[in-house]
Amino acid sequence: MRVSRRRVRATFRKELREYRHNGFIVWTMAIFPLIFLIQPLVIVFALPASEAPGLSHGHLLLYMLGIPAIVPAAVAAYAVVGERQQGTLEPVLTTPIRRDELLLGKALAALVPSVAIAYAVYALFLACVGLFARPAVASALLRGPDLLAQALFTPLVAGWSIWIGIAISTRANDFRVAQQLGILASLPSAVVAALIAFDVIHPTLGLAVALAAALLVGDGLGWRIMAAAFDRERLITRTASS
Amino acid sequence: MGRGPSLAGDSGAPALSVEHLSKRFGDRVAFDDVSFAVGHGEVFGFLGPNGAGKTTTVRTLGTLIAPTSGTATVAGLPLTPENGVEIRRRISIMPESPGLYLRLSVTENLEYFAGLYEVPDAADRIGRALRAVNLADRAHDACGTLSKGLRQRLALARALLSDPQLLFLDEPTAGLDPVAARDVHQLIATLSRSGVTIFLTTHRLEEAERLCDRVAILNTTLRTIGRPDTLRERLFAKTLTVRTLAALPDPGAVFAGLPAVDGWHQDGLATYVLAVSDQAVAAPAATRALVAAGADVLSVSESHHSLEDVYLELIDQDQEASQG
Repeated sequence: MRVSRRRVRATFRKELREYRHNGFIVWTMAIFPLIFLIQPLVIVFALPASEAPGLSHGHLLLYMLGIPAIVPAAVAAYAVVGERQQGTLEPVLTTPIRRDELLLGKALAALVPSVAIAYAVYALFLACVGLFARPAVASALLRGPDLLAQALFTPLVAGWSIWIGIAISTRANDFRVAQQLGILASLPSAVVAALIAFDVIHPTLGLAVALAAALLVGDGLGWRIMAAAFDRERLITRTASS
Repeated sequence: MGRGPSLAGDSGAPALSVEHLSKRFGDRVAFDDVSFAVGHGEVFGFLGPNGAGKTTTVRTLGTLIAPTSGTATVAGLPLTPENGVEIRRRISIMPESPGLYLRLSVTENLEYFAGLYEVPDAADRIGRALRAVNLADRAHDACGTLSKGLRQRLALARALLSDPQLLFLDEPTAGLDPVAARDVHQLIATLSRSGVTIFLTTHRLEEAERLCDRVAILNTTLRTIGRPDTLRERLFAKTLTVRTLAALPDPGAVFAGLPAVDGWHQDGLATYVLAVSDQAVAAPAATRALVAAGADVLSVSESHHSLEDVYLELIDQDQEASQG
């Protein structure tokens, strides 16, 4: 069946409006990127030029993929259980919106600001490193392939985290618990990114393509699986449909 | 109601038809073997005590939850999972709790739902819906700043956005003060006159009596269904209440043998209730007999049983049955 762009757009727009007015979500979206920005900057600024050759063995920039791993999961974890707790889910489910449309609208609303924030933090980090780090350290850090990988993997990792967050959100009874579980469940992606960043897992083109393909498939499947598992009856009555 | 509701619409089918519908949650029966039909343009009251299954019935007919057994046709479509989207496009449900986005403005709430219903010319439709519930001047206020009554009116405006064929109102006046409730009543009456079929669940029996063409009383199973006056007649014998200034010395001699009087009993010091077959015949005859007996007659009146009496009688019967 055809996905209604208007219903997806309406959900997307409503979610963004809600984020704007919801200090809890704004705080969540701000705090993690700040952690991921400040900590590496402190390390980079403290590095002497003599340490620069050592940096070329790692891919420290990829450490920041933790932002798209964690932020969207925390936001998406609010998506369903948050509505249920504030009593707005039932009126929405009485409209013609289909499960896949509702989830897609919510996922996009978590994806777009998360990716935008991640890119903004990367840009800020790059600008800070380019302007204030020692030139040898800067040139060792800012490498084309790493930047490209960073740019490409950010939406893919965010998408995966969002479906995990939504999966938790549809099962949880409290949004704070959902958010904590969402962050916890997104940690493996962040850990993989960190292992690659510190060259524990050596990144190759083949590995990058394989990971990208896996994430792409996972993101597509995540949408379909979540739509199939979205049980209106259980969400309304807290009893599984018979 | 001024406009006569018809069970069959232009298509020949009722707006809502339910046959032997049941819903169980595990061992718990929400409602069982419920059958009824609602005509086009009818205001249909659905009454029952807490836990009777009213809200679950609305949710089932609104495709939110699946029935365990039985069939239904909602707004011309069989109640099946495949028809869920199309049924929800034709109907509108106002749940008991308004479920508004309190951080968003009145207009932003309605814009979202206009988008979900893919309403054409949304701005115009939102303006009309807000005017219909007298909320146009609060269009840009955050919903969190509205009173409970205004939130209820906004929820009604939201339900009207899609111009539904069939409107489910679940306790629309719950928790409202009398003025706000009256406003909602007026709106329901207006909607009914414009041809919308309304399925109204309520605890307020006077509300059902005033607004509904027919009512059904549910207590897990459907206890009765019909026009309020028909239900009264069906459940209660016709009676006359006679009040005199002083107790009659020999009431049996006065009331015995009167035409259309089947029996009598005393209800208080100087009040007598006559069971009658025809009030128009019995009332003048009783009055003449009382005057002839030298009684000072204060009143001879038709006993009035409200829908509340019908409701309480049926629920009492259920309680007695479950205890006995």
